[in-house]
Amino acid sequence: MNAIVSYLKSLTLVELANGMRLTGKRMFSRKITVQYPEEKTPQSARFRGLHALRRYSNGEERCIACKLCEAVCPALAITIESAPRDDGTRRTTRYDIDLTKCIFCGFCEESCPVDSIVETRHFEYHGEQRGDLLMTKQKLLAHGDRMEAQIAADRAAEARYR
Amino acid sequence: MTEWLQAQLPFLPPSVAAVLVILFKIVLIVAPLMGCVAYLTLAERKVIGYMQVRLGPNRVSLFGLNFTRGLGQPIADALKLMTKEIIIPSGANKFLFLAAPVIALAPALAAWAVVPFGAEMTLANINAGLLYILALTSLGVYGIIIAGWASNSKYAFLGAMRSAAQIVSYEIAMGFALVCVLVAAGSLNLGEIVEAQRGNVLTWFWLPLLPMWLIYFISGVAETNRAPFDVSEGESEIVAGFHVEYAGMAFAVFFLAEYANMILIAGLTSVLFFGGWLSPLPASWSEMNVIGPLLGDGIHWFVFKISFFLFCFLWFRATFPRYRYDQIMRLGWKVFLPITIVWIVVTAAAVVFELPPWFDRG
Repeated sequence: MNAIVSYLKSLTLVELANGMRLTGKRMFSRKITVQYPEEKTPQSARFRGLHALRRYSNGEERCIACKLCEAVCPALAITIESAPRDDGTRRTTRYDIDLTKCIFCGFCEESCPVDSIVETRHFEYHGEQRGDLLMTKQKLLAHGDRMEAQIAADRAAEARYR
Repeated sequence: MTEWLQAQLPFLPPSVAAVLVILFKIVLIVAPLMGCVAYLTLAERKVIGYMQVRLGPNRVSLFGLNFTRGLGQPIADALKLMTKEIIIPSGANKFLFLAAPVIALAPALAAWAVVPFGAEMTLANINAGLLYILALTSLGVYGIIIAGWASNSKYAFLGAMRSAAQIVSYEIAMGFALVCVLVAAGSLNLGEIVEAQRGNVLTWFWLPLLPMWLIYFISGVAETNRAPFDVSEGESEIVAGFHVEYAGMAFAVFFLAEYANMILIAGLTSVLFFGGWLSPLPASWSEMNVIGPLLGDGIHWFVFKISFFLFCFLWFRATFPRYRYDQIMRLGWKVFLPITIVWIVVTAAAVVFELPPWFDRG
């Protein structure tokens, strides 16, 4: 009996008609497209976009060249060289992030003991020639200086979950 | 119309004038057809987008007018494809590689020669119209096979093999479905087939030949390699199938062929089963004052019916997942073929015994 029913079902194309009814109905439903440059989806404070190196409020860079981020980076995108500075503290002489290798996992930010390397909400950036996406220490610090207010606000909002 | 046009060219020898008039008519058919193909690609993206709760292309407008958002898309696409390089793989057979798209497109356009757009509107009113259509729609597969072979690529070859087997299988069911139409109408001339359906919506052949209509349309979808029968393209299985090595305008011509074939199948479905240019409204309505000509028979009904079936093509693509290859073969050989053979006998018996209400009229 079941065999006959399923046979009739497939012969009369009932299931196909059901499927077409569904897509036909969806055709008139509200569209959920977000029209990107004009409209944007809401962003989390945890968004992992462009990297930045932060400074303390007195202008001193936070990074202490512990190289934890370099060690944890799964894509080997971070390269750090360090040397003692004149005042005896250990500082980075080179801090490069290859954004073409980076997978934006956020491990560098998680591993950082001084909240120095962070990933910001900024994701609309581009490079126009070779090397533009190779971030150097100067560029990363500049990002941090430019977006410090946003970065600090996001860290504060997320502080109680950390 | 032919005589009148020829009379406008008295300074030319009659034979030259006749050729010019025929060329003019061909342009009159092919140019709007190409426009329809271009805008069918936009319609496809829009319709499928809407069915997937998206918006589809809505950025390129015409002349910067906001309400034409998206309407410039086909033109932009065409310009892009035309300016792209046609890459010929080093291992490819150059001549066949470039000839294949043309072989695919030519039959799709040539088949329109016998399609009746209105009572007297057909390029070649020949008595073997249906045979001509059958012959030309089967020719299209050569373009695909040659493309797959000439590309010298395994994916292209796999696509071509699949396509060849599929089209050959569905050709048979399609042919038998058309035999039913032929038996019911008593003519191979497409214009006479339409005339044989005259009456009202219920005397159109879709109702007396209901299973044949479904089989014809489904086979038509399979013939044009459209989803859910697009195993020869199968972009998730064999990259892009037979046209994987094509770029630029050579690829675009395949695209044109596929869409021209879709329009052709939609047109043939409406001619053979839905009364072509016949109006579904009662004949008395066409005598109304202003809107009478709109309600009566005419090419606009034909266009409307074609649009409906084209919409069905897009609807299928938005709804159904791709058939597995062995399922396609099963459907063609073990389902469609027996049904069509049985229905030929049923139709023939109905015609011989003049079964009312459809076959007792002549």
